[in-house]
Amino acid sequence: MVTTVKRLLLALVALGTLAACSSTAPLGSTPMASAPTGTTTPATTLVIGSQAYYSNEIIAELYAQALEAKGLTVSRQYQIGQRETYLPDLAAGKIDVMPEYSGNLLQYYDKSTTATSPADVTAALAAVLPSGLRPLTAAAATDQDSYNVTADFAQQYGLSSLADLTKAPGPIKVAANSEFEKRPYGPQGLKKFYGVEVTVVPVEDSGGPLTVKALKDGTVQAADIYSADPSIGANKFVTLSDPKNMILPQNVVPIVSSKVDASAAAIIESVNAKLDTASLVALNQRSVTEQATSAVIAKAWLTEAGLLG
Amino acid sequence: MNYLTQAIQWITDPANAAGANGVWARMAEHFLYTVVAVAVAALVAVPLGYLVGHTRRGRGVVVVTSGAARALPTLGVLTLAGLVLGIGLAAPMLALVLLAFPSILAGAYAGVEAIDPVTVDSARGLGLSGWQVLTRVEIPLGLPLLIGGIRSAFLQVVATATLAAYVGAGGLGRFLFLGLKTQDYPQMLAASLLVVALAVAFDIAFESVEWLVRRVVPSGRREASA
Repeated sequence: MVTTVKRLLLALVALGTLAACSSTAPLGSTPMASAPTGTTTPATTLVIGSQAYYSNEIIAELYAQALEAKGLTVSRQYQIGQRETYLPDLAAGKIDVMPEYSGNLLQYYDKSTTATSPADVTAALAAVLPSGLRPLTAAAATDQDSYNVTADFAQQYGLSSLADLTKAPGPIKVAANSEFEKRPYGPQGLKKFYGVEVTVVPVEDSGGPLTVKALKDGTVQAADIYSADPSIGANKFVTLSDPKNMILPQNVVPIVSSKVDASAAAIIESVNAKLDTASLVALNQRSVTEQATSAVIAKAWLTEAGLLG
Repeated sequence: MNYLTQAIQWITDPANAAGANGVWARMAEHFLYTVVAVAVAALVAVPLGYLVGHTRRGRGVVVVTSGAARALPTLGVLTLAGLVLGIGLAAPMLALVLLAFPSILAGAYAGVEAIDPVTVDSARGLGLSGWQVLTRVEIPLGLPLLIGGIRSAFLQVVATATLAAYVGAGGLGRFLFLGLKTQDYPQMLAASLLVVALAVAFDIAFESVEWLVRRVVPSGRREASA
């Protein structure tokens, strides 16, 4: 009898604990569930997303703090993986602002695109986005694929542009993600535009430390590293110029939902107006070398740019 | 379902079969990496396991370290090793050997440990030396568990060897990464199916070996009562 009572009490306690657990969000916030769906409160909350890419999160944070400084309420939903993960949420209206990169986003929706100049790419983007989404004015800042060689290699063969690669002894090996092989600015593009033959050595860390190491070791002669990556400057790599616009431009472009009205859009665009590639590299640099958080980095930059006043 | 048919079409497409980046070449690489990684791990883990099992010394240390080694994320090991060794086969090989090591080690010492102590004692009583006890009693009787350990090491390594492609060393992971990054999901699924096929082939081979061993090697208990 006593044990039965004890068990009953225990079960009650367990139930109570469960109930308490279920009333608090297990992960601290449930942005997907709490994101407003259609019926909005007077003070609209804008959900700002970011890719699982530190630099993208910094840009998202720039927008977030700029919007907050003007009295808007934002909810941060950062580090949401890759396009396959967040684009459906964006299209469904669960995310309102997403920093994107013009060329790759365009290619996601339209694999056969022929746009190459920054302006063409941004224009084409507006046409392919799902209904309800629109791109705002792109920033001058780009974070795009770039062919890099070591300073020694560049000096030895007098390399400054992609066309100069013909002067270096082949076969030239390029460390890059495996998809690079299929991209229009990959080996086929290099052959078509500049008459250079290269082979790809697939290293899947998106121009990260392993790719940098391969280039420094001389295992490869060139490496595909994103142009806003501080490692290019840190290792004195030489980025080969692309006079024929072979590489798809990747201007930072915010994709926003219809909940972002003209005034909110203007705030975001005021950030973009000051965001050039040098600023982006500097922002990334602080994250890489100081391990500073996106909030700290964004605040310092916005303050300096006079966007928090 | 549609993906599955596309994946099978991808595998059977002759255009994907031949060449240095063809299915056959990548499959052979994958097979080779798996065998080499497990063999290298076994070369160290088996003697060490026998030493621990036979002497009953250092068991605590071995259990704790091999348990901890199991928890190592292979991608982390691979990246760290890659930063030291550079890209190529060395880093993934090291990571795969580390992955295979704990299972084989556990199989080796557990096999020896699981033998009925009476069997070992009677072997000693018959005048067998320590070396003879090991080679004539402990190793043969421990064989089924050792093979079990090697079998599970193979399964882990064959699945994880896809990471070799992360640092440009090829294998079936090449298709997996390429498919993932280009949203070519049939190709990804095809690569996964090929890995699964390799794993099943390995497992069937081991099942046969285990069956053979069970027929040849008597269990410790029966030996003891004989």
